[in-house]
Amino acid sequence: MATVEFQGKTFTVDEDGFIESYDDWCEEWVQWVKQQEGIDELTDDHRKVIKVLQDYYEKNGIAPMVRILSKLTGFKLKQIYELFPSGPGKGACKMAGLPKPTGCV
Amino acid sequence: MAKHQTPLLDQLESGPWPSFVSDLKQEAEARAKNERNIEYQIPQDVVEDLMGVLELSYKDGTTHWKHGGIVGVFGYGGGVIGRYCDQPEQFPGVAHFHTMRVNQPAGKFYTTKYLKELCDLWEFRGSGLTNMHGSTGDIIFLGTTTPQLEEIFYELTHKHNQDLGGSGSNLRTPSDCIGQARCEYACYDTQALCHYLTNEYQDELHRPAFPYKFKFKFDGCPNCCVASIARADLSFVGTWRDEIQIDQEAVKAYVAGEFPPNAGAHAGRDWGPFDIQKEVIDRCPTGCMRYEDGKLEINNRECTRCMHCINVMPRALKPGKDRGCSILAGAKAPILDGAQMGSLLVPFIKVEEPYDEIKEVIEAIWDWWMEEGKNRERLGELMKRQGFQKLLEVTNIKPVPQHVQEPRTNPYIFWKEEEVPGGFERDIKEFRKHHQR
Repeated sequence: MATVEFQGKTFTVDEDGFIESYDDWCEEWVQWVKQQEGIDELTDDHRKVIKVLQDYYEKNGIAPMVRILSKLTGFKLKQIYELFPSGPGKGACKMAGLPKPTGCV
Repeated sequence: MAKHQTPLLDQLESGPWPSFVSDLKQEAEARAKNERNIEYQIPQDVVEDLMGVLELSYKDGTTHWKHGGIVGVFGYGGGVIGRYCDQPEQFPGVAHFHTMRVNQPAGKFYTTKYLKELCDLWEFRGSGLTNMHGSTGDIIFLGTTTPQLEEIFYELTHKHNQDLGGSGSNLRTPSDCIGQARCEYACYDTQALCHYLTNEYQDELHRPAFPYKFKFKFDGCPNCCVASIARADLSFVGTWRDEIQIDQEAVKAYVAGEFPPNAGAHAGRDWGPFDIQKEVIDRCPTGCMRYEDGKLEINNRECTRCMHCINVMPRALKPGKDRGCSILAGAKAPILDGAQMGSLLVPFIKVEEPYDEIKEVIEAIWDWWMEEGKNRERLGELMKRQGFQKLLEVTNIKPVPQHVQEPRTNPYIFWKEEEVPGGFERDIKEFRKHHQR
């Protein structure tokens, strides 16, 4: 496990840059991931996706399926990729502090 | 001198089969010498460390790759399988060892120019090791580091006009048998359909939007050389619906022993002279053939087009002229609820550009499965959970006897309310007027 220091905060991350613990999530983390994930400027739409992911994760203990994320945010998959070039898993989930997607990826 | 001792691996260099260990050593040596002065972008000793970690796994009897890995290129949600060694200090060369899936051409026909160019790229930015090909069909680039992913992707797309394959919960890279390129059994152009649908559904291939993975495979005839019936959620198997073409003169030549049966496939052993009665007529699963007075007859109405007679006498028998394909749905490996092979959905469909009818079936299935499929539920499992009837409804296909191997034996039959006179709303008081408690 590596550590990242950014704007006075320290985060423990894995090789893929996912945060070790969801509880460590904070605004600085968002700013850090933003640089890593090819995002120039954070908009309200980015925030909305993050909020939806976090609410869903807190309530259900898993990340939502892509289709549910689209429904909850009202963003089509294409728009989600415009916001997060790496996609909902590697991009948005990472920024929201959710655990790394697993399975046959 | 090798970097790591590999006594267990070394044993796999003996024997007649091409040894992957010898090949690894050859590549390790070539990288160490670097005769072409390549500015290797990942550790020069990556192959040696790979052999080291493999030797360790042989010793321990366990894998030394960490769980999972999420890496990729911007714009896509799949195509790269991230992998990290769990002994990075001991084997720094494979601390990162990601796999890239590169979409192969239909039928896997290549020119050396194309392959050499890909090899040059991979030698420079990867381990130099490949898998030709992954079971789904992709060219597999085996082992590189995260910073190289975008570089490789840039070169693939800009210089080689070549895209990545699929991974994740999406449409995986479609693949096909060689089809009409060099097989006289092919009932449709498998490569054309494979290529067309791969292009048509690029978005579904690169950006996971499905409940789980989904695969297409295209077989030119029921011999299923790409095993679509077992390895694809939607399997397209070529067939025909008119008469098998018979060349009676060629039949006689087989009987006379001029042509070897099965194109000589059993020449390695003496099975005696060809006996058309024993080897063809009596083997026909429906018993719809007859050979009398030097003439072969086939009752095509009863033929299930199993391919046996054609396989045995390819110079005498050919598939019919009215050709198309069958579509079968739902094949999958055992996880979660048991292995499945494809179930017949569309008995016959013409395969003609621009393939609109085929796309209708595909898209109707996707609409249903994307809406109803649970997280990580394959199409085959959704078919089990909601019923084959539901699949027929969403694809607007009329139920026919060909949809089942046998009718159900249990009587737990659902009826739709509108099919039942009087419907389901009943008043118990009305019933009691005629039946006392």
